[in-house]
Amino acid sequence: MSSSTPRLVRTAQSDPVPPAADRADPTGPADAAGPTTPRTTPNENGDPGRTGTRARPDVAGRLFAMTATGAGATILVVLAAVAVFLVLRAWPAMTASAEELSEGIQWFPEGQTLLGFVGPLIFGTVLAAVIALVIAVPLAVGIALFTSHYAPRRIASGLGYVVDLLAAIPSVVYGLWGVVWLAPRLYPVWTWLADNLGWIPLFAGPASQPPRTVMTVGVVLAVMILPIITAVSREVFLQTPRLHEEAALALGATRWEMVRMAVLPFGRSGLISASMLGLGRALGETMAVLMILSPGFTYAFELLQAGRHQTIAANIANQFPEANPLGVSTLIATGLALFVITLAVNMAARWVVSRRKDFSGAN
Amino acid sequence: MATAAPTTPAPGTGNASTRALLTTADTRRRLTDRAMTVVVSLAFAIALVPLISLAWTVVSNGIGRLSPYFLTVSMRGVFGGMDAGGIYHAIVGTVLVTGAAAVISVPIGIMAAVYLVEYGRGPLARAVTFFVDVMTGIPSIVAGLFAYALFAVFFGPGVRFGLVGAVALSVLMIPVVVRSCEEMLRLVPNELREASYALGVPKWLTVVKVVLRTAVGGIVTGVMLAVARVIGETAPLLVTVGVIDSINTNVFEGRMMTLPVYVFRQYAQGLVPCTEGATDCIATVNIDRAWAAALTLILIVMALNLLARLVARWFAPKAGH
Repeated sequence: MSSSTPRLVRTAQSDPVPPAADRADPTGPADAAGPTTPRTTPNENGDPGRTGTRARPDVAGRLFAMTATGAGATILVVLAAVAVFLVLRAWPAMTASAEELSEGIQWFPEGQTLLGFVGPLIFGTVLAAVIALVIAVPLAVGIALFTSHYAPRRIASGLGYVVDLLAAIPSVVYGLWGVVWLAPRLYPVWTWLADNLGWIPLFAGPASQPPRTVMTVGVVLAVMILPIITAVSREVFLQTPRLHEEAALALGATRWEMVRMAVLPFGRSGLISASMLGLGRALGETMAVLMILSPGFTYAFELLQAGRHQTIAANIANQFPEANPLGVSTLIATGLALFVITLAVNMAARWVVSRRKDFSGAN
Repeated sequence: MATAAPTTPAPGTGNASTRALLTTADTRRRLTDRAMTVVVSLAFAIALVPLISLAWTVVSNGIGRLSPYFLTVSMRGVFGGMDAGGIYHAIVGTVLVTGAAAVISVPIGIMAAVYLVEYGRGPLARAVTFFVDVMTGIPSIVAGLFAYALFAVFFGPGVRFGLVGAVALSVLMIPVVVRSCEEMLRLVPNELREASYALGVPKWLTVVKVVLRTAVGGIVTGVMLAVARVIGETAPLLVTVGVIDSINTNVFEGRMMTLPVYVFRQYAQGLVPCTEGATDCIATVNIDRAWAAALTLILIVMALNLLARLVARWFAPKAGH
């Protein structure tokens, strides 16, 4: 339609006919789904009052369509530009040797290549995001079910709005809250974990005090990604075909059985994509990590020990303000890695969502 | 599912027992059902804990220092544990940078939404739809790095001024604006477009005068929610706009302070080492300022959200016709 519509207007203006003749036709372009309409009604829209200014609407219409298309294309251009400029600025670091990097950058670990530097950062980023996901997904499913199937219908949307409020809070405030309020309250929990479940390598003690650990970060990130996972899964749960639910209930299922047999299977792919969207958020979160985590650059699975992990985003925010040109370039290279990871996660999530549309023919 | 219940009642049993058999589950299943109801409700209750504690912590810690004085002075000449200093420069910076971001992203966002709803067909439209969704997932720090990398090409390394931050925020804001505007434009009934075409109005005028005008309430709401989302962004501004203690009203030159960065900066400065018995030195003044600024930031975000919902409500009856 994008190309056919201006043509439609132009033909209409260059070939004016008595307006009475085409009263029925102009509904054509509004039925945008019908691709044949411009062909069949080439002589519509004869504007009797403005036949004198024939050429102008044509130009304006075409200009408008081009502006709109340009704005749409801008989005693709911006996304491409993000990749291009990051590569451009990261190039000096990507081509520099290990010696150049460790000599040129004060905080660069001795004798490491760029990959060796990025590796632990990617590990820390993924670790923190996965912890957040493990905590947030079951909770989000519960909340989404509560607002979609358990809460009284009248207050359900209001309750959903309450959870959405969590999304409105700036990340820097989450960081402040995490350090000052949450971390001291989590410390007893982490000590308990280390004392009683310390035989699991993940919870090996001693739990650090103050608990500026990846586990605390995971909890804060879980709170931050809770709204998006909840919102998406709630939408999916609400889309469960009523007939499926009623069929389950008619067969004598209790409410939970109905949820387990009808709602959850229907919403599974939606839930997966919601989790991946949450994962994408958690991977890129900066401020909360920067303010809470005590950084370290190792591949350590000890979640309760501080000074072992660091995420890409927090590392960038931490080093960027005082970095020299080569340091900036290195940081941008790590940012590029983060961009690629989140892009892959998000695209996979969106792909699952779009694939799901075919599935939902059930209703 | 009904493993324990017999499928047919024995003939001759009372009507009441048949009814009970058909309408109630056996004990184990009923208990599971109850337990899951409790678990699901508990999940919601758990979600309220961070929300309430966060609101309480910010308000109780921030209210003490929040005053007209705090809102109207900058940090220029403030040092050590002085009982002085405010966030005026940060508010100015936030308004200017976010405003510039809105100026960049609102026209692009609205026109892209118009393209998707009114013009877009074929592979380009599909690609735009897909990548708008993908773009919402760009980490904010990457958006900041992109803006820095873009401007560093023209202005050399170490570039820091308001517009760079505005570009970074636009990258985050455009997809949000497109999404919400697209939804609003799709809500405009087709009959309105048809009526306009029937009067001989060309398509582009129909879009401008009928479609956009009908959806204006929803668009304003969407834009305000998008602004509310980016106004709290810290990381991209930290790397693109930097920090400063005095007022700068020029987005084209010089560093600027913004409210979220101010919160982080004050927090990062930590406790002030006060000498014993000093009367004009408050050890926790930096943290106090951080909380007060955080409270201001949350109030602004909440006000924007509330206002957006009100606008949506005011315009709602029109869209419902």
